[in-house]
Amino acid sequence: MASLTSYLMLSAILFAIGVYGVLRNRNAIIIFMSIELMLNAVNITLMAFSSYLKDFSGQVFIFLVIAVAAAEVAVGLAIIVAIFRKKESVNVDDINIMKW
Amino acid sequence: MANFFFYILAALAIASALMVVTRRNAVHSAMYLVLTMAAIAGLFVQLGSWFIAALQIIVYAGAIMVLFLFVIMMLNLKKDEFGFDSRIFQRIFAFVLGVLFLAQIVLVVTKYPYQAGRPYEQSMGDIARLSQKLFYDYLYPFEIVGVLLLAAIIGAVVIARKPEER
Repeated sequence: MASLTSYLMLSAILFAIGVYGVLRNRNAIIIFMSIELMLNAVNITLMAFSSYLKDFSGQVFIFLVIAVAAAEVAVGLAIIVAIFRKKESVNVDDINIMKW
Repeated sequence: MANFFFYILAALAIASALMVVTRRNAVHSAMYLVLTMAAIAGLFVQLGSWFIAALQIIVYAGAIMVLFLFVIMMLNLKKDEFGFDSRIFQRIFAFVLGVLFLAQIVLVVTKYPYQAGRPYEQSMGDIARLSQKLFYDYLYPFEIVGVLLLAAIIGAVVIARKPEER
């Protein structure tokens, strides 16, 4: 069985890839997918600790994270659709009305 | 043998995650993200939690990614709108920050002295115990998440509505 450290390492690598994706891309949808990737990386950590500490609370948190992620995706994609209606673009460089 | 599967799934997850963040086409990114989710579900099976693995496939790879694909197709992006070349400076900056961030987490993970026992391979899939936790100890968070989902549905419908109808 793989050690707890290797699960945590995998989670760290996936989270860092998600951070890289958010910083690198300018397509709002791909940025959003990178955020989903980070949420999944956190889920791996929760699951690994839940399994190694023999505590089911971690799985409950994964359950809650998945539910919150679903809510976040619904609202976030609605915002992207609303912005696309107004700007005809999902490039985050075009979305600067709150910049001063 | 279990170790072997862990490395296969981990390599698959990392490779497809890298493809997610480097593709120009959002549809390709979404497909690779589905692959990442499937690999992570496999890891959950490795850790003995079949319920969470099934949830991962059904909710993430099923519902959430379908929502993503619907929006990508609904927006009907023009060919040149599909991917924007980020500036080379931005890419280098993102890479450096990502590596620094990874180094930071790896440092914490390797230095922190936790007592790691053996993983609970068999009984982590015990749905009776999981539901006992969920409906006794965490009943209020569970109910609040239900309210949150309702608020998200209403919010999404209101935000994505056509502006003239408002």
